[in-house]
Amino acid sequence: MRYIDEYRDPKIAQALAERIHAKVTRPWVLMEICGGQTHTLMRYGIDELIPAQVELVHGPGCPVCVTPIEIVDKAVEIASRPDVIFVSYGDMLRVPGTKSDLFRVKANGGDVRIAYSPMEAVKIAASNPTRQVVFFGIGFETTAPANAMAVWKARELGLTNFSELVSHVLVPPAIRLLLNSRENRVQGFIAPGHVCTIMGYWEYKALVEEFHVPIVVGGFEPVDLLEAIFMLVSQLEAGTAKVENQYGRSVDYEGNAPAQLIMENVFEVTDRKWRGIGNIPASGLRLRPEFAAFDAEKIFGVEAVEANEPPECISAQVLQGLKKPVDCPVFGSLCTPEHPLGAPMVSTEGACAAYHQYRRHLTSMGCIA
Amino acid sequence: MSALTLSCPMPVAAKDHVSLGHGSGGKLSAELMRDVFLPAFRNQTLEGLEDQATLRIGNARIAFTTDSFVVKPLFFRGGDIGSLAVHGTVNDLAMGGATPLFLSVAFIIEEGFPMEKLRRIAASLGQAAASCGVQVVTGDTKVVDKGSGDGVFINSTGLGVVPEGVCLSAGQARHGDAVILSGVIGDHGIAILAEREGLEFDSPVESDSAPLHTLVADMLATTHAIRCLRDPTRGGVSSSLNEIAAQSRVGILLDEETIPVREEVRGACEMLGLDPLYVANEGKLLAIVDPSVADELVAVMRRHPLGREARVIGTVSASDAGWVTMRTTLGTTRIVDMLSGDQLPRIC
Repeated sequence: MRYIDEYRDPKIAQALAERIHAKVTRPWVLMEICGGQTHTLMRYGIDELIPAQVELVHGPGCPVCVTPIEIVDKAVEIASRPDVIFVSYGDMLRVPGTKSDLFRVKANGGDVRIAYSPMEAVKIAASNPTRQVVFFGIGFETTAPANAMAVWKARELGLTNFSELVSHVLVPPAIRLLLNSRENRVQGFIAPGHVCTIMGYWEYKALVEEFHVPIVVGGFEPVDLLEAIFMLVSQLEAGTAKVENQYGRSVDYEGNAPAQLIMENVFEVTDRKWRGIGNIPASGLRLRPEFAAFDAEKIFGVEAVEANEPPECISAQVLQGLKKPVDCPVFGSLCTPEHPLGAPMVSTEGACAAYHQYRRHLTSMGCIA
Repeated sequence: MSALTLSCPMPVAAKDHVSLGHGSGGKLSAELMRDVFLPAFRNQTLEGLEDQATLRIGNARIAFTTDSFVVKPLFFRGGDIGSLAVHGTVNDLAMGGATPLFLSVAFIIEEGFPMEKLRRIAASLGQAAASCGVQVVTGDTKVVDKGSGDGVFINSTGLGVVPEGVCLSAGQARHGDAVILSGVIGDHGIAILAEREGLEFDSPVESDSAPLHTLVADMLATTHAIRCLRDPTRGGVSSSLNEIAAQSRVGILLDEETIPVREEVRGACEMLGLDPLYVANEGKLLAIVDPSVADELVAVMRRHPLGREARVIGTVSASDAGWVTMRTTLGTTRIVDMLSGDQLPRIC
């Protein structure tokens, strides 16, 4: 497969690993922001290839994991209504809310459907004029343009039965929060290649300058990540801090202008609560007031739903790189992908689920302390 | 600013309803079996958890199996629910080393279903049975209210005879055994998904739905040093191997490089975020065999049309009991876990 196989080539990967070994002289802590990157690191066992001095910690870039519990509760409430067809990306169905999740709504007779694209929901709305069709518009900057386009398209088509439950989150404010934390250990970041495909990487300049921390935009294949790690440790060993782009085949400095434009036309920046993290100022997107007619929270009157999460698990420390998923006392016992206690165990992009799926053997064999 | 305070939500009691995942052939299916069905039906034969029961009746050794088919869409590239019902049931018998002989077929039909489609399904089922050398000797029809079914569901039960000396079981894998796979994986699941999602490929993926009993007969005519056969249907190769690892209390180590996946299937899996190891097959088998016969068996399988790409994909070890692990193409190792929820809905 072109553009995939060369980025999984064992010889190239090995050569990069050797260059990292040759470069590193002391311990470094790096964070990959995106859950897709975490997944690749776990699946290919990249930690086995790089020096033990380079510690990889896993960032908050799993959209399913950070969608706040009250949004899940709102989704459950809306999807339970008999007049509603609720359309969602598949992963969100298993995310536990306070009392229920969307799978249980479906099992109880709710019309909950899985889609790969929000445009499918627009089509469903067009062909079911007597039903309210609600799309669960979650995710980072990656999914925002398509979700914005769906609303735009619905307005163009004159649909009055389509809306979105929007809970978008933005990457740069989350990195800023991590860097501002007193307990931060992260010395270099692998920025999320998909988000940067949309947004470019100009936003990271300010962070690099303010915090003197190197940021490398990275892809999602093993060779991408090894190269990004090499670029980061090279900067760290040399004492420099700049933004670099490893994922040049997809990302440029400015990003995708039409995608940014449709986002800007439909969404506006807002404060957003992140699951497990709490409120982060100016870290999310919501529908602009002129699209209120497509705002499911307003249409179904669920704006006031609130929920709090009891401090049961250690995802706080995991997302800051203070602890690994395997340090959690309930990891793999009470908390499993079949019966997740926390969102990081729900999505395959969540750090806990990625460890559980690919690296659990190392815990039982005592390789990960 | 203060330290971050992060937390996880309280658990939702996820065990009070049946979910689609309970029918996925993965961990939730195993839970259902362990918590609901085994305690209710408990007996020694069932506890073997094989794809078929092997029973001694008089002097005969009878293999007995049943399977239900709820695939959507009913017609797909490479087959339909009728041929799939025959192949699925025949394969469950074949994995016990049995010669398939007789089938029952029960149709559950939704009111209003087009007669023309029903005729097509019946004709396809009849042809598939004839070409497998089995007869449909009994059956049943039920019609349910509009909205109480989804077109047509089929249940099929199969009977076959197991030759003396043949004893295959998922509990017999031993240290040093070789793991053989009969060909490329993931075709059926991706063919179904392509049909459902309207995916288009340069060369369309067809379901691999096929009867494996003649391939198995060739293998058993070569050697009896075969410990176990499984057809990796729902849950894919990973779930079948995890079952064997658990039941035999052994570890299984796969070599990623050796596992064949068609280019189109790889592409579709990349795009949809699926792992071919978890995608269903309907015409492939996994064999756990004594290492001394592995090469000879692979050669025999390659002479059969359904085994042309047979190869050794891994080994069984006494260490890491219960785990399936894989040496990745990068030379690292990772777990190949059992399917957790549902990767693809209603594929068989």
